[in-house]
Amino acid sequence: MYSYYLIIVLAPLAAAIVAGLFGRQIGRAGSHWITILAVGLSCAFSCLVLRNMFWGGAESENISVYTWAVTDGLNMEVGFLVDRLTALMMAVVTFVSLMVHVYTIGYMHDDPGYQRFFSYISLFTFSMLMLVMSNNFLQLFFGWEAVGLMSYLLIGFWFKRENAIFANLKAFLVNRLGDFGFILGISGIVMFTGSLDYAEVFARADSVAAQNIEVFSGTPWNAMTVICVLLFMGAMGKSAQAPLHVWLPDSMAGPTPISALIHAATMVTAGIFMVARMSPLFELSATALAVVIVIGAITAFFTGLLGIVQNDIKRVIAYSTLSQLGYMTVALGASAYGAAIFHLMTHAFFKSLLFLAAGSVIIALHHEQDIRKMGGLRKYMPITYWTALIGSLALIGFPGSSGFFSKDLLIEAVKESHWHGQGAVYWIAYLSVLLGVFVTALYSFRMFFLVFHGEERTDAKTRSHIHESPWVVTVPLVVLAVPSAIIGWITVEPILFDGFFGDAIVVRQGIDVLAHLKETIWHGSFALFLHAVQTPVFWLAAAGAFTAWFLYLKRPDIPATIKARFSGLYNLLDRKYYMDDLYIKGFAAGGRSIGNALWQKGDQLVIDGIIVNGTANSIGKLAGVMRQIQTGYLYTYAFAMIIGLTMLLSWLIWFR
Amino acid sequence: MIGLQHYLTLSAMLFVLSIAGIVINRRNLILLLMCIELMLLAVNFNFIAFSRYLGDDTGQVFVFFILTVAAAEAAIGLAILVVLFRNRRSINVQELNTMKG
Repeated sequence: MYSYYLIIVLAPLAAAIVAGLFGRQIGRAGSHWITILAVGLSCAFSCLVLRNMFWGGAESENISVYTWAVTDGLNMEVGFLVDRLTALMMAVVTFVSLMVHVYTIGYMHDDPGYQRFFSYISLFTFSMLMLVMSNNFLQLFFGWEAVGLMSYLLIGFWFKRENAIFANLKAFLVNRLGDFGFILGISGIVMFTGSLDYAEVFARADSVAAQNIEVFSGTPWNAMTVICVLLFMGAMGKSAQAPLHVWLPDSMAGPTPISALIHAATMVTAGIFMVARMSPLFELSATALAVVIVIGAITAFFTGLLGIVQNDIKRVIAYSTLSQLGYMTVALGASAYGAAIFHLMTHAFFKSLLFLAAGSVIIALHHEQDIRKMGGLRKYMPITYWTALIGSLALIGFPGSSGFFSKDLLIEAVKESHWHGQGAVYWIAYLSVLLGVFVTALYSFRMFFLVFHGEERTDAKTRSHIHESPWVVTVPLVVLAVPSAIIGWITVEPILFDGFFGDAIVVRQGIDVLAHLKETIWHGSFALFLHAVQTPVFWLAAAGAFTAWFLYLKRPDIPATIKARFSGLYNLLDRKYYMDDLYIKGFAAGGRSIGNALWQKGDQLVIDGIIVNGTANSIGKLAGVMRQIQTGYLYTYAFAMIIGLTMLLSWLIWFR
Repeated sequence: MIGLQHYLTLSAMLFVLSIAGIVINRRNLILLLMCIELMLLAVNFNFIAFSRYLGDDTGQVFVFFILTVAAAEAAIGLAILVVLFRNRRSINVQELNTMKG
C-alpha cells in the first residue's frame, strides 16, 4: 500500500505545483482538469484504503518514508501512520475536496484568479492529507501550519477586498495564538519522552502521566495535564473553540467553496482529529478532558445562539459550524472519540453541502449574501432547494438523516459519560448540547425559510435573472446530499459500536461510554430511528424548526417585536458577546498601544532621546559652556598657567 | 648689609612685575616677550643669591645655561613675531585670538 499512500499525498501536490506555476500555459480548463484528476485519484485511492480497512480487514500501517534530520537522538521523519481513523479522515477529506473542486468550476467561473484558486485548494488537500496521515508530531505540525497557511491565502483570495484582508490576518493571528500552545505541547512531549513518533510517545505516556512539571515554581502540575491542555490550545485555534472562535465567522470573506472545504468540512476539524489521535494522552488526564468538555460545551451553545441573529447567509452557517465543532469537542471531552469522529464525518458532508448550496444561492443572486434580501427561491432553484433541505435536516438531526445518528448518539454519549454525577462539568456539557439542538434547529430553519420560502424580497431586476445553477454546481450538491441523507444508516454501527477504530483510539477502562451505550441502548440503527420520537432531542429539534416556521413564515412581525423588546439581549448577540471588540479593541488595540508606547516612550524617548542623542547633546552643551573659557588671548592662558602652577606648588608645600 | 632676603625680595618683585606685565599688557607682543625674559632674570637672581648664600657654584652654572636658552628663545620668539607680523600686519595681542572657542 506504500505507493498508494505516496500517490494519495503527492498527486494533489504535483497538480498544485503545475496549476500554480504553469497555470498560464495550461489555461483555465487545463488547471481545473489536472487538479480535479489528481484529487480524484487521491480520493479513489483513499476510498480503496478505507475499503480495505473496513471490509478487507487490512492492518494499520506505520511507515517511515524519509528521515530528514537526526539530532541528539531525536528523529525528524516524514512518515505515514495509516490506521482506521486516518483512513476515514483521508476518504472524507479527499471526497469533500473533490466535490469542492468540481463545484469551483461553476463558482469561480468568471474569476481572474481561476488557476491560482485551483492551485491553492489542491495544495490545501495535500497539506490536510499530510496532517491526517502523519505518524509523528513534527509532520503533524507541518500539516497543521500548512493548512493554516492555505486557509490564510484562501480567505484573502480576493486580496483587493478590505474585509478579506482583515479576515485572513485575523484568522492567521488567532491561529498563531492556538499554535503557540500547540508547539509548547509538542515541546513538552519531546521533553518528557524524547521522541516525536506517535507510537513511541504513546508507549511512554504512562510514565509521563506519573511526572510533575513546575511551570511556575512551587506549583507542581501533572505533566500530562499540561501537555494535553497545551495541545488542546492548538485545537482551540484550529477548530475555532471559544474563546478563539472569532476568526471563523470572518473567514467567510473568502470564496464559498473555501468556506465549504476548509472552514466547515476539513481544516477546522483538524483539531477534533488531533485530539482523537492523541486519545492515549488525553485519556491520562482527567483535568484536560474537563477543559475539553467545558470549552466544547460553551462553544456549542453560545455560538449557536449567535447564528440566530446573523443576516449573512454564510455567517449563519459559519456559526452553525462553530456550534457543531463544539458538539464534537464535547464528545471528545466525554471520551466518546468515536462519536466525535462520526459527527465530524457526517458534519463534513452536510455542512459542506449547506455551504455549497448557499454558494449556489449566492451565484444566482449575483453575490448577494443578505438573507433579508432573499426569499421564495424555492421555485427558481429546485435542486438547490431540495439539497439544502436535506442538509438542514441533517444538521438539526432529523430522524434517519446522517446528522440524526451522529448527533443523537453524541448527546446520548455525553449523557451517559463518566462525567455523570460529577457536578457542574456534566450539567454544563449536557445542557449545552441538549439546548443546542433547539438553537440549531431554530437558526437552520430560520435561514432556510428566509431564503427559500416566504415572500420574495429580491428586487425585480435580480429576480428576472434568477435561475438554477449550472450542473458543475448542482452535481456536487446532489453527490453530497446522498451521504448527508443516508450515510448514517450504514456507518453508525461499525464506527461507533463495532470498534472500527481498533487501536487508533484508546479509551481508559471504565469510562468507555460508547461501550456502555452499546450494552444499554443500542439495538441497531433502525431501532434507534424508531426510538427517536421518545427522545428529548427530537422534540427540541422539532420545536426549534416549528419556532422558526412560526416566527419567520407565519408571523414575520414577531421577530422585530422581540428585537425591540429585548434590545439589550439582541445587541449582545448582534455584537457577538463583544468578543470581537474584546480582541480588536482590547488585545489588538492594546497590543498596538503598548507597541506605540514602547516605540514612542521607550525607543524614541529613552533610547534615542536620552541615551544616544542625550549623550551627544549633553556633551555639546558642556562643551558650549567650556569653550567660554577659551578666550584665545595669550595672557589668559599664561595667567591660567600661573594660577595652576601656584596651586600645584601650594599643594606641594602645604599638603604633602 | 644687604642679605639674602633683600635679593629674594627683589627677585620676587621682578617676577610679580613680569606676571603683571604679561596679564595686563594687551597691546604689544614684544612687551610680552620682554616680560618673559624678565621672569627668567628674576629666576636667575634667585639662583645667584642662593648660590652665594650656600657657597655652591652650581647655581651660577645654571644661570649661564638659562641665559643661553633665554637668548635662543628670544631669537626664536622674535623670528616667529616677524612672521606673524608679515601675515597679520599686526602684533597687537588683543587681536590675536584665533584660538577663541
